[in-house]
Formats: sequence, structure tokens, C-alpha cells
Amino acid sequence: MTTPTTALIEAIGISKRFGGVQALGGVAFSIKEGEIYGLIGPNGAGKTTLFNVLTGIYLPDGGTFKLRGRAITGMKSHEIAKAGIARTFQNIRLFANLSALENVMIGRHVRTHAGVVGAVLRGRRTLAEEAAIEKRALELLDYVGIAARANDASGSLPYGDQRRLEIARALATDPLLLALDEPAAGMNASETVALRKLLERIRSDGTTLLLIEHDMKLVMKVCDRVLVLDYGEKIAEGGPAEVQKDPKVIEAYLGMPA
Amino acid sequence: MNFLKSNAPLRWAAVGLIAVVLIALPFALSHVGTAWVRITNLAILFTLLALGLNIVVGFAGLLDLGYVAFYAVGAYVYALLASPHFGLHLPFWVILPIGAATAALFGALLGAPTLKLRGDYLAIVTLGFGEIVRIFLNNLARPVNITNGPQGIAGIDPFKIGGVSFAKTDTLLGVMISGPMKYYWFLLLVLVVVIGVNLRLQNSRIGRAWEAVREDETAARAMGIDTTKIKLLAFAMGASFGGVAGGMFAAIQGFISPESFVLVESIMVVSMVVLGGMGNIWGVILGALLLSFVPEILRYTVEPLQKAAFGKMLIEPEVLRMLIFGFALVLVMLFRPAGLLPSAVRKRELAERKV
Repeated sequence: MTTPTTALIEAIGISKRFGGVQALGGVAFSIKEGEIYGLIGPNGAGKTTLFNVLTGIYLPDGGTFKLRGRAITGMKSHEIAKAGIARTFQNIRLFANLSALENVMIGRHVRTHAGVVGAVLRGRRTLAEEAAIEKRALELLDYVGIAARANDASGSLPYGDQRRLEIARALATDPLLLALDEPAAGMNASETVALRKLLERIRSDGTTLLLIEHDMKLVMKVCDRVLVLDYGEKIAEGGPAEVQKDPKVIEAYLGMPA
Repeated sequence: MNFLKSNAPLRWAAVGLIAVVLIALPFALSHVGTAWVRITNLAILFTLLALGLNIVVGFAGLLDLGYVAFYAVGAYVYALLASPHFGLHLPFWVILPIGAATAALFGALLGAPTLKLRGDYLAIVTLGFGEIVRIFLNNLARPVNITNGPQGIAGIDPFKIGGVSFAKTDTLLGVMISGPMKYYWFLLLVLVVVIGVNLRLQNSRIGRAWEAVREDETAARAMGIDTTKIKLLAFAMGASFGGVAGGMFAAIQGFISPESFVLVESIMVVSMVVLGGMGNIWGVILGALLLSFVPEILRYTVEPLQKAAFGKMLIEPEVLRMLIFGFALVLVMLFRPAGLLPSAVRKRELAERKV
């Protein structure tokens, strides 16, 4: 807490219940501008539920999310994306039959304007916008390191490249916060190292990151702060090193008191 | 075909040649019989319908089995505004846009309650919608006579440009130009425009949003696409093409009744799209032309052929038509499941499933 940076995301008492299961029980945290914020916890701790509530896929039963002070709870998924939160999915959800380039171009949808009339008349402004969309999409493919695969069907890409493509597609929406749901899942050690470098580069280029991850080595290396969830409750928050030593966290992971 | 893409003068020459052939076609057809010009006109109408439905089914992936309802809306808008029924006789270039807009409105009306439905469920609701529209047309004769019920509306005005009526034969520089020929050229013009609109929509921001919705709605939403709006837009755009086609149908026939807009017509249009290749504009056109022309060719050849071979007619052309139609669909589904001219996307999709 050396520099008093402002909060990009503020979560206040977020709770969500599925039938008899309390998936989230009043979770509160805040993410500062420019940090990489980790979200960890054992399976079923409520990490993905928290993601889905944050990105408008679920409505919370209680609590508020604020993005730069503006409440975004209750907004629809596409409005939240427009407000500046982009995400990837734990079980990759690319537009599998479309090319990698088209996937990223679709990510530009929310920051562009051409409608039916523009598309049909194809005036100078529409053509310029189309060219800009394609240029930006190609830049982003290059940025995540899969420019060579631009014209391949995204579903046919290797697993690691699909994860990268999802990141490129999310970045295409010009997000303030990039929320990644297990980006390293299924990656080998060298791919994970490359991913870490990519995440650090995204952060240094000015985008704040929220990261759900099981790969502890990656979390410890890349995250500035970590939030630990267990049974839908926050059990620890802080720097990765200090969280790692927290007895509650050890208990949650190992299932016994440390 | 690749050399055509790289060689611009050659490409324009090819386009010019095709244009000349298409423009001259009705003269050749009227030598065979004026009926063939009429059959060609109906085939173009069905091609327009198939292209409209392709926006909904092929681009946005929303299965619509009630598409003929929009055709009906367009036809009735034209019939009501240009016939003795209400004594209104507006010119066609005023009515066609009204018909397109009304059909688009109906498209949005159908779309709104079905936004959360997908696949089979959507198909069932749209099928019901098509029937509702037809039943309404059948019964809107009382207490106020709007549609004239099952008797339909007769005496619908033909198109008129200046003093030239599309219903009469004219002689221009010694060449006989029949009514169906005039409609043919007009339909050809509309078809070219609709193909252009389709091609441009497909490769646009909106077209990509439709594809995204078709591929994965949740991911599309997470990417900031307002899926509600984009799906309604697909329904409305597709419906408006159906409305235009319906208006032209009413003018060409001069008479319409609810009987022209039965479920089988919807299924026919869906078959055209599926057979030709969902999502591929050229495939859809091919499918529409095949399914329009082959039955007519059969109608004219089956009887003489059987008479020549057996001395009498054994199988009615109508029976044979349905038999061949069903058989062709089964064969296509077995050997070219993505359609005769599949879109690149569909090809990928099916290739993946095999793996």
C-alpha cells in the first residue's frame, strides 16, 4: 500500500445462492488500477460464480460491483462489456467455426458503429471503420503471438493458441479490466512462462487484470495481490507470499488445520 | 475461378456476358412458351424468399419455419392498397416499401417473444406463427371485412411505370414484349439488389455479429454484442425481403388468398436454403432455382415420356415430383450434408464433427 491508487473495481457484499447452495456469501474486495489481482481457492469455492456475477451472466442475490465508482450490478452482459470489463472462459468459448481474425474482429463490435445502412451503402466512413477493425484485429493477433494463424478456423488451433486468441478477442473490446478464467489450464511449462510474459505486458500497457488460476507458481509470480475464496467466503487477501503462509488458506487447500 | 478473381477486365467481361444472357433469357423462354417466363418469375420470387430466410437461418442461425407469413404480409399489403377491395390504387413503388416495412415489423413481433428460444423450440414457435398469420387472413372478413377471408382478393393492380402496364403486351421496335417479360426484368433487378445487400451484410460488422450469435450466444454477449437487438434485426431484415417478394407476387398473380401461404411453402423455402447450402448466398440461389424449376420440368416431361414408353400414364407428375423431391433431399443429407454449395463455415463445422 505504498501508492494510494484508486480502485477500479469495488465489490461490496456480493452473494449468490443456487437453490440450497450458498455459492457466494457476501464477498468484498477491491481491485486497484493497473494491478494483477489473483482469485484462487479450491474447486467449488465460487471463483467462476464470482466471475459470472461480475460479468453479468448471473444476477447477484445481494451486493454491488462498482467500476470506477459506477454501479454495474444488474447491467446486462453486453452493457458490462461496453462499460469496460472483458473476459475469457474457463472452458474456451471461441466462435469455433470462424477464423481467428474474425473472432478478434467480433471483439471490436462494441467499439464500432456501422449499422445495416452503412453495411449496405459501404460509404467512406464504413470502409474506413472496416479497415480499422481489421488492422486492430491483426495487431492484437500479433500482440498475443498468433498472427500466423489469422485465417485458420479458431476451433482448429492448438489449445494454447485458443487461450491466446480468447485473450486477443477480449482485448479487442478495449477493456479497463481483463478478467481471465484459468488462462493457464492445459498449458505446459514453457507455454505458461510465455503466458506470464503476455500478462505482464498487458498490464504494463495499461490494462488491469483479474485472474482465476490454479497454477500456483504462475499466481505467485504474476499477481500483486490475491483473494482466496473457500465455500463462497473470503478467507484471505493480500500479497501472494503472505497469503501462502496463511493457516486458513493451507487448511482450505489441504483439508486440515495446519 | 481463381483467374477470374485476379483478372479484373476478364471478370467484368464475364459479368457482362452473364448480364446479357440473363436479360435476353425471356426472349428465348417465350419461344418455348410464355408459361416458362411465368415459371421463371416464380422461381426468382422463391429465390428472393430463400435469400431473405438465409439471413435468419443461415447467418444468425435462427430456424424459422413460419417464414411464409412475411410473404403473406407483403402480398396482402399490396393487395389491400392496390385493388378494388378498398378502392385504393397506390403505385407499386409506394406500396413495396410499405410492404417491406410492415413485414419487418411482423418479423420483430415474431422475434421479440422468441428471443430466449433456440433450435427446435424456436422452430415450433415460428411454425405456429406462420399458421396464426394464415388463420387471421382467413378470418379477418368479419365483423369488418379486411382480408375478404378465404375468397381472397381479386383484381389486384399490376405494376405500372408511366403509362406502361406490366399486365399488357407491348411492341417496342417491332419486338413483342409480354407482361411476364416486364416482370422478369423487374424481378431480375430486385434480385441483383437483394444479392448485393446480402453480400454486403454478410461481410460487415452486423454480419459478423450474426455469426457470433449463431456460434455462441453467451460469448457474443460477453463481447458486448446486444444479442436481443441483433437477433431482432435478423428477423426484421429477413422478413422485409419476404415482404417485398410477397408484394410482387400479388401484383404478378392479380389474385391472392390465404391458400397461397400454407406451411408447405415455408418448408419449401427452408428446403431451398438447406439443400443449396445454408449461409452461402450462391448455394441458396442454386437451391431455390433447382427446387423451383425441376418440378416444372417434370410436369412437362413426365406425361409425354410415360405415354411414349407405356402408352398410358402410370404415375401422376405430382406424385413423382414429391417422390423425387424427398429422394433428392435424403441424398443431399447423406452425401453433401452442408448443402450443394456449402458455406466455408458449415464445411468446417461438419468436418469437425467427423473427427
